[in-house]
Amino acid sequence: MAAIVLGGSAGGTEALKAVLGGLDPRLPQAVLVCCHTGSETVELLCEMLGHVSQLPVIEAGEREPVRGGVVQVAPAGYHLLVERDFHFTLSADPRVNLSRPSIDVLFASAAAAWRNALIGVVLSGANADGAEGMWELRRLGGCAIVQSPDSALARVMPQAAIDRAGADHCVPLDAIAPLLNRLCLP
Amino acid sequence: MSHVLDEIELEGIELDLFVEAMRRRHGYDFSQYAPASLLRRARLLAERHGGGSISALIHRMLHEPELLPQLLEGLSVPASDMFRDPSVFHALREQVLPMLASHPQINIWQAGCAHGEEVYSLAILLEEAGLYERSQIFATDLSTRALERAHEGIYPLRSAQQWSRNYVAAGGLHSFSNYCSARYGLLKLDRRLRRNVTFAQHNLTADEMFCEAQLVLCRNVLIYFTNPLQQRCLALFRDSLVRDGFLCLGLRERPGAAAAEADFAPVDANLRIYRRGAAMSGRRL
Repeated sequence: MAAIVLGGSAGGTEALKAVLGGLDPRLPQAVLVCCHTGSETVELLCEMLGHVSQLPVIEAGEREPVRGGVVQVAPAGYHLLVERDFHFTLSADPRVNLSRPSIDVLFASAAAAWRNALIGVVLSGANADGAEGMWELRRLGGCAIVQSPDSALARVMPQAAIDRAGADHCVPLDAIAPLLNRLCLP
Repeated sequence: MSHVLDEIELEGIELDLFVEAMRRRHGYDFSQYAPASLLRRARLLAERHGGGSISALIHRMLHEPELLPQLLEGLSVPASDMFRDPSVFHALREQVLPMLASHPQINIWQAGCAHGEEVYSLAILLEEAGLYERSQIFATDLSTRALERAHEGIYPLRSAQQWSRNYVAAGGLHSFSNYCSARYGLLKLDRRLRRNVTFAQHNLTADEMFCEAQLVLCRNVLIYFTNPLQQRCLALFRDSLVRDGFLCLGLRERPGAAAAEADFAPVDANLRIYRRGAAMSGRRL
């Protein structure tokens, strides 16, 4: 199985809507989302993303298996990690980059689990979370897509990812979903 | 067999060796911890104490026993917040404490108390319910350093605002500031809150039950364990609880079938509050 991991913060919800709304429903990959919302739950986020996405959107559950063709969102207040046997693990460890869930934590564990069968996407955000994770992901052979900072509501996060890790694709928001469909479907 | 191992596989070997060395050198078994979060913690410890290498960390662990408390601290339950998830504490106040009030002596076990934030939250709840004088809280953790911190009850002042909001949301009767004082950028909890708290080391992977409790809290600890160890803990909690005793887990923990098997019925499934069934009596030791 292969996977796509997406991370965003300020402006991330809007960006996620645009990306998930454009994903082909035949996509076999697991889609994992880490978005800093500041809310106590991701119930609303899942609902909102579920309205635009043709793939089902659910909250990732502790020790549930990762599911292909499903968007799975990191719960609020916990880091989301992927085990090597493709089950989720949650962690209440301290915040990373002032964030929990942290994009770095998700990306790093996903990179170790999927290696070159992983695509990472860093979207709009106002802090540098995700940059280290993207670096780790590329180091282990994953493919890095970054929303072009000019097309982001908040450019800090995509810019930090590019500065730290570089990118295989740096494209405007509306080009990300078509790119993912092209990379993921035969 | 291929002799070409990549660094991820090598790190996997290092982690296995680390676990094996901890067990044989110090008697602590982390083999039933969820690998992804254990690896993350081992990496953080390796950065702090091993120049970034888990192998170097193993060397120091073997030869510098004085490092053990710091290793255990890095591998155990992280700090929490006071009244973290206020809805849970609200439910404890409204639904659980009134049921406990019928007991002449109330024993509460908080397993994995970390720096004690939730211990003091409980003490405040009991105080405000008028039950604290006949309550005893056993607060345990794997890490002795965490227990020292918990005993001190001193926290960064920057937490105060959030904790005060949590206290109100949890149905606090007074003002959070009644229970603490602020000085030099630190928040110090009223020491009277710990007058009925016993802090003690307890290892959920190996140690047995040690009290008969009306309520067990163990929040955000089981998420770090694999299924067999989760089951061990749930059985331990059941055996430690009186009939109809309460169990409170973390909001995103999914004990599911294992909890039912251990004879727990949900009181409020969303808030992860359970009650020990009356049907089965506890294991006799």
